[in-house]
Amino acid sequence: MTTPAAALPAPAPATNPETTEFWTATADGRLLVKRCQDCDSLMWYPRAICPACSSLRTEWFEVSGRGSIYSYTVNYRGEGAYQGAPPFVLAYVELDEGPRMMTNIVEASPGDLSVGQPVEVVFHDTGQGPWLPRFRPLRH
Amino acid sequence: MTIRGKAHIAGAYEHPERKIPDSSIAQVHAEVAIGALTDAGLSLSDVDAYFCAGDAPGFGPVSMADYLGLARLRYADSTETGGSSYVAHVGHAAAAIAEGKCRVALITLAGLPRSQPTPRPAMSAQAPEAGFEQPFGPTTVSMYALAARRHMHEYGTTSAQLAAIKVAASQHAQHNPHAMLPKPVTVEEVLESPLISDPLHRLDCCVVSDGGGALVVVAPEVAADLSRQAVKVLGHGESPKLTAGGRIDLTYTGAVWSGPRAFAEAGVTPFDVDYASIYDSFTITVLQTIEDLGFCEKGKGGAFVTDGSLLAPHGRLPFNTDGGGLCNNHPVNRGGMTKVIEAVRQLRGEANAPVQVPDCQIALVNGNGGSLGTRSAAATLILGQEDA
Repeated sequence: MTTPAAALPAPAPATNPETTEFWTATADGRLLVKRCQDCDSLMWYPRAICPACSSLRTEWFEVSGRGSIYSYTVNYRGEGAYQGAPPFVLAYVELDEGPRMMTNIVEASPGDLSVGQPVEVVFHDTGQGPWLPRFRPLRH
Repeated sequence: MTIRGKAHIAGAYEHPERKIPDSSIAQVHAEVAIGALTDAGLSLSDVDAYFCAGDAPGFGPVSMADYLGLARLRYADSTETGGSSYVAHVGHAAAAIAEGKCRVALITLAGLPRSQPTPRPAMSAQAPEAGFEQPFGPTTVSMYALAARRHMHEYGTTSAQLAAIKVAASQHAQHNPHAMLPKPVTVEEVLESPLISDPLHRLDCCVVSDGGGALVVVAPEVAADLSRQAVKVLGHGESPKLTAGGRIDLTYTGAVWSGPRAFAEAGVTPFDVDYASIYDSFTITVLQTIEDLGFCEKGKGGAFVTDGSLLAPHGRLPFNTDGGGLCNNHPVNRGGMTKVIEAVRQLRGEANAPVQVPDCQIALVNGNGGSLGTRSAAATLILGQEDA
């Protein structure tokens, strides 16, 4: 099924040396988080320091790309890159591995969404290198 | 050290206009500064401490201090926590006064988002979260909508319950000649207003207004020499509410920590509060904050706000008697200043007569800055009448 992504803007993220590896992986269809090498916690958003135990020893960790909707909203008033865009879904997805991340839900009619609904990651090309990790309802 | 009783709010002033064409932002800062100092019976030459936040044009507190001619400053603080900044500033000013660092502190807020609309400043590309949030199109309303949806999911809160908060605010605003939206509304009217980011409707959102306000916080010996009734600072608490490395919980605010700190310092409990100014960027902000401050059990805010508790003068917890950000004024998208000002009015017995709480002895002010959908900063103040 083709995605309605054509109608949904895919603005390029701000990147920096701390996050280059994350965005490089998105172009390969892989979703990474950071894992603390001292306390094993998985964190979102990715960063060089573990906010749980203060360790500076963190490493990239590939997650399954599956999760469930923690909360969502249909935004009728986009701003910035989304100004004038059709209503779109902003959400937090709780990854099966634990962390909750801000994202969009795509390939779904907003009326069919619910908190707790299983979703899987899809990547949308920003055209500038990074791809955006968005989620769609998991198909059985 | 405690700040309890060691500082007083001697002057308060809210700009009467909601749209201010043909002025500069600095000019409005000056107008409200003079307004609050005049209210206190003081002048700019008495000011030895200045507090401002991100709305102040220029270089931290320095540009405005220069513009105002605050030549005798020995203390300055530009703590920036969005709309809660000014609530925090009162606590910081009280602490500085208690330490003997200053005696007369001026706090100002002003801005012109209606007359001189500028694009809301985008998140800095250097913010560590920027790349992982901005590309997905979060807006202020939609992030609070995420909080509302999750609260509804966990506790069964309804849109009609959120609407009841707006209805109560509008009941109060009808008595405020300066309110932007002075007309009482019904639950149905809130629910029929356009969805901005569901489940939040247009009438779940605060107004956007020009304006500003200022406060003068002074040492007890300064207050003793003034003829105007002052208000005592009894307690103050602050807390950020963070995203917890990806374990964000959208159902509560930092008031769960700032509230108990303020209550403990003041030596009072939620049962002692006669009036509350509750930050009302959105209806959901009020609902979560009331729960977090202990005015009702967590998750029971929906029932609390629909039984008339918020209505002045006789509800259990009369709130935002000026109409709040939802109906009166939300200058520069920063509601903390006007929250303190209305609490001062209540404690002085100078609120609009139909909503004046009889014998108001203890008032609470809660501010929230940033976004309940991501990271935010709460500040709580407990204020009391002079003999409290």
